[in-house]
Amino acid sequence: MTERSLIIKTSPHLRHPDSVPKIMYAVLLSLLPAVIASIYFFRFRAVALYLACLAGALATEAIFLVARKKPLVALLDGSAAITGLLLAMTLPPTLRLDQAVIGAVMAIALGKQVFGGLGHNVFNPALVGRAFLQTAFPVAMTTWIPPVTQVVNTVTYATPLGNLKFQNAVAQHTLTPLKDLFWGNVGGCLGETSAIALLIGAAYLFYRKAIDWKIPVGIIVSLTFFTGLFWLAQPDKYASPLFHLLSGGLLIGAFFMATDMVTSPITPRGTIIYAIGIGLLIGLIRLFGGYPEGVMYSILLMNTVVPLLNRYTRPRILGERRKKA
Amino acid sequence: MKKKTFPRGVHPPENKHWTAAKSIEVLPPPEKVFIPLHQHFGQPAKPLVKKGDQVALGQKIGEAQGLFSADVHASVSGKVLAVDGHYHPLGKPVLTVTIANDGEDKTVEFSAVDNPFSLSPQEIISRVKEAGIVGLGGAAFPTAVKLSPPPDKAIDTVIINGCECEPFLTADYRLMKEYPEEILQGAELIRLATGAQQIILGIEDNKEDVAELLASKIKPPHFKVELLQTKYPQGAEKNLIYALLKREVPRGGLPFDVGVVVQNVGTTKAIWEAVRYGKPLYERVLTVSGSGIVEPKNLLVRIGTPFQAVIDFCGGLKEEANLLIMGGPMMGIPQWTLEAPVIKGTSGLLAWAAPNSSPSFSCIRCGRCVAHCPMGLAPTQIMKYIEFGRYQEAEAWGALDCVECGSCQYSCPAGIPLVHWIKLGKSIITALKRKTG
Repeated sequence: MTERSLIIKTSPHLRHPDSVPKIMYAVLLSLLPAVIASIYFFRFRAVALYLACLAGALATEAIFLVARKKPLVALLDGSAAITGLLLAMTLPPTLRLDQAVIGAVMAIALGKQVFGGLGHNVFNPALVGRAFLQTAFPVAMTTWIPPVTQVVNTVTYATPLGNLKFQNAVAQHTLTPLKDLFWGNVGGCLGETSAIALLIGAAYLFYRKAIDWKIPVGIIVSLTFFTGLFWLAQPDKYASPLFHLLSGGLLIGAFFMATDMVTSPITPRGTIIYAIGIGLLIGLIRLFGGYPEGVMYSILLMNTVVPLLNRYTRPRILGERRKKA
Repeated sequence: MKKKTFPRGVHPPENKHWTAAKSIEVLPPPEKVFIPLHQHFGQPAKPLVKKGDQVALGQKIGEAQGLFSADVHASVSGKVLAVDGHYHPLGKPVLTVTIANDGEDKTVEFSAVDNPFSLSPQEIISRVKEAGIVGLGGAAFPTAVKLSPPPDKAIDTVIINGCECEPFLTADYRLMKEYPEEILQGAELIRLATGAQQIILGIEDNKEDVAELLASKIKPPHFKVELLQTKYPQGAEKNLIYALLKREVPRGGLPFDVGVVVQNVGTTKAIWEAVRYGKPLYERVLTVSGSGIVEPKNLLVRIGTPFQAVIDFCGGLKEEANLLIMGGPMMGIPQWTLEAPVIKGTSGLLAWAAPNSSPSFSCIRCGRCVAHCPMGLAPTQIMKYIEFGRYQEAEAWGALDCVECGSCQYSCPAGIPLVHWIKLGKSIITALKRKTG
């Protein structure tokens, strides 16, 4: 027999076909329906913002990889592209392109690479970029236009949540119809407006098992519970839970941002607490905070407690005595 | 009917089709056998022969040392060529008896018993011990020890493990198909030896035909066959006990802590042959399979047969094969030389072409290892603690509860060698404990 060299390694010798890049590309694919919807509603502005954010994110990632002497092939793992795309989806359509690029640079630099790159960041990078922009350009980040499919005669235009918060829409009976929220025929950030497009993408993520169902379900249930209580008590003052679920960044946040694997807990119990926490914080901010919308800060706040949640929710080991209730 | 199972676990491709339909073939005994004196969990056996001795088939050539150990027997008749270190499938060289086969298979006289069911528990256990039987599922725990729980632990249930949850392996399946009577009678002997009331045969539902075959031959009420979901690691002792009885073996405990003894079907057949016919464990059935094997087979092989002889009988290794595993693909041990011999714990030999290295990413905290761990651990967290030398935390998070089944690493999208890290951590933690002990 000729000498043959055999590989020595630890078991197991089989591997599930899923890999980090495959998961990332599944997430990118799942965002496509909402991206297409936003291009339909906001046309050229949407395309330009997507390209600006993708370019900013990928370039920043590349610079950091070179500086940290890491292989550039990591650029292809899809994670930086997700950050760029998600960031763009959370921007108002009127934002200047240079502002968008600054957001993308900050998302990758401050949100991801300073922590050590993929897998090590504490906060959702896209939301770090968005939070930076919100502070740096507060006016630009809260200036809204209607979708091209809508004809409005007012000079200033409000998002459905802004309308609810600042214009007493429930009492005035000017609340945005649920039908428009569902299809996305409303003003708002690029990718958050069309509920149906986001839900199609989310369905694909479930099918691909690329997200933990506990997160969106926990957020939706807790927000429904919180806003539902107030709505039932004073329906002439508060909007219905369904309005809250379909408006603003709730769906994109619950399905595509809070579910970011890196910044959500690894333990089942931790995940449930995290999701419920996000839902309650969104409800608190929307109903009682200064901002009409609270998805971004709620997710970022719960991101901060993820390491703590992991530590205190260690799963019960088989054969471990159950604590007496 | 809802099939029983345990929580979590994984579904690797079964790959049993290569050999499931192939009857067990007898591998002709090789010219030389290399019988290691350490093939079991515990202390190595002490050699009873020296170079130049003439030995008979079934003659005891190694004597068990201490509580956890097992006797070793000659698997051919012939002349002892050497008693020295030789390649061993677990990696390190082990004291090994090399015998030149004279081809005559002259046996020692085996002491048969006409009615083994009339024997006392002690007699059954001592015949099992004399035969050098160890667990044939792979862990090679001395069976006589397993049949003798401490007196304060009453055994009520014997579980016969016919899950064979490792992909590719079909040796246990063939044994159940071809030797159902022997297995059932062996199971009854285990019940008598342990004083248990009931026997449960647990079989995964990808082997429904043998489950039906066995069910048609059992004598209720104390005997029953249970179909289990095909899910890895259904045959892991603690998971199987949970699946069948909803009992949890306490952390750090053993099955007898919950009144159970688990035996693999191959072991059960060996117990029958030892108690009924006095036949020592000098041969076993194993599966030779995988895309790197020219002609996959199920074989009855003498202990000590070099892997080369086994592989040659199956048409040899294909050119591209670069990974040779002893055992199953999830827990098996890769081999670097074909000169290592088949030992009592060799349940299979698998070969294929494996990528030389696969890209590995940082942990993206997806939590799939947590979601799939059959023991309820958080493997990535344990790995991190071990990586940073925080062994106390690693232990508190259950490093020592890990059964190394590989479900975490199988499902890891980042390709992180979690099992490698946890094995390393376990050995460090145990060493530290011994030092401070």
